[in-house]
Amino acid sequence: MTATIQPPRSGNPSSGKPSSGRIAPKYRRSGGSKGNFEMLAWLFMRLSGVVLVVLIFGHLTVNLLVGEGIHAIDFGFVAGKWADPFWQFWDLAMLWLAMLHGTNGVRTIINDYAEKDATRLWLKIVLYAATTVIIVLGTLVIFTFNPCPVANGVQLPGGFCPAP
Amino acid sequence: MSAELAEPASKIELPAGVGGGGEIPSFDVTLRVRRYNPEVSEDATWDDFKVTMYGTDRVLDALHKIKWEMDGSVSFRRSCAHGVCGSDAMRINGRNRLACKTLLKDLDTSKPITVEPIKGLPVEKDLIVDMEPFFQSFREVMPFLINRGHEPTKERLQSAEDRERFDDTTKCILCAACTSSCPVFWTDGQYFGPAAIVNAHRFIFDSRDDAGDMRLEILNDKEGVWRCRTTFNCTEACPRGIQVTQAIAEVKQAILSRKV
Ligand code: HEM
Ligand code: SF4
Ligand code: FES
Repeated sequence: MTATIQPPRSGNPSSGKPSSGRIAPKYRRSGGSKGNFEMLAWLFMRLSGVVLVVLIFGHLTVNLLVGEGIHAIDFGFVAGKWADPFWQFWDLAMLWLAMLHGTNGVRTIINDYAEKDATRLWLKIVLYAATTVIIVLGTLVIFTFNPCPVANGVQLPGGFCPAP
Repeated sequence: MSAELAEPASKIELPAGVGGGGEIPSFDVTLRVRRYNPEVSEDATWDDFKVTMYGTDRVLDALHKIKWEMDGSVSFRRSCAHGVCGSDAMRINGRNRLACKTLLKDLDTSKPITVEPIKGLPVEKDLIVDMEPFFQSFREVMPFLINRGHEPTKERLQSAEDRERFDDTTKCILCAACTSSCPVFWTDGQYFGPAAIVNAHRFIFDSRDDAGDMRLEILNDKEGVWRCRTTFNCTEACPRGIQVTQAIAEVKQAILSRKV
């Protein structure tokens, strides 16, 4: 009786790479990626992080600490801030940077933890859809916010709009 | 991370006379070895071996005693037995180390010492893994001198400062302890891994080498340096004490300064 001894290595010899041709399929890299996307994403995380420190702590200070602090926050307080282009720009920058920074961070986490390509794809579809909805909605709110909303010809309670 | 994995202080004290031919204290220790033999079963199991060892013995000596005196089927790689060849990286008590550089007395001998193959590479048998994906990434960074100038008639001289620039990364023995301790590598095995970057660093920062840009381009890949999340597992695992995470950061900086 003759026994066939299988070669101990996994994988098959058909890889197009300059290798001994014994790499298990899971480990083969699918061609080199062109471009600097990952580098720019890495850089963006650091730059946006630095800007976010200023934006977020400025936001928290003005909203929670200055003047009457947290007790001053109500509908009128928000309406007052968004009447000022400075705060419109501040909040817009914070929205976009935090969303893009957070989305790219979660993209990294998905890449690092999802083991199957299909799982990875679906998680990213959900992530990008959620990001798009929030960025679009948030931007619209900042620019179309109306402090004196009128519904069916009746002024909604806001408390500080001029009487009609 | 280190706090959680720290070993309690050694409980076996070597008397001052050890090394002078005096009596060496012995103790009993249990090795819990991860066993896998695809010809018998697809499932890996744990086998306990109780051995009497000496204060000067290493995990490798215990594995030798097991293989030579108790169960000849226990399989592992080793060659030099002195921390030079890089053959015997394994996961001992949950940390990647060289079995030949880990003294039993430095581990907690009151509990079984677990010995597993390094993670993230296909296990072939017991403690032996398929190193081919690891070496493939190593080959891809072109770990050899590329010099476009004229062939010198004598040694390629280099100043002490230029040599110092990449001294740390010349120490690598390709044991794979770093790459197989990296959680990014564990996920899908696509990341080039710390060892390939360390060995690219060795040539990128060598003043005699002319192919630094090519290596930086290779490591600018989506599976290159940007996948590093600076968890420092590699630096902690390296039996040669190489500052692996720092080497990776220096390669990131080099790519950035050439592109931006
Ligand atoms: C306060 C200022 C902030 C700074 C300085 C900062 C900085 C950073 C940096 C440098 C990274 C990259 C880490 C790496 O590459 O390993 C990161 C990752 C991340 N950031 Fe921020 N960030 C800030 C605020 C935020 C905010 C507001 C969010 C949520 C919207 C966020 C969500 C994330 C996520 C999800 C990650 C990925 C986590 C990871 O890679 O481990 N960060 N942050
Ligand atoms: S860098 Fe250290 S841990 Fe990594 S392969 Fe080289 S010697 Fe081993
Ligand atoms: S056997 Fe050579 S490094 Fe341990």
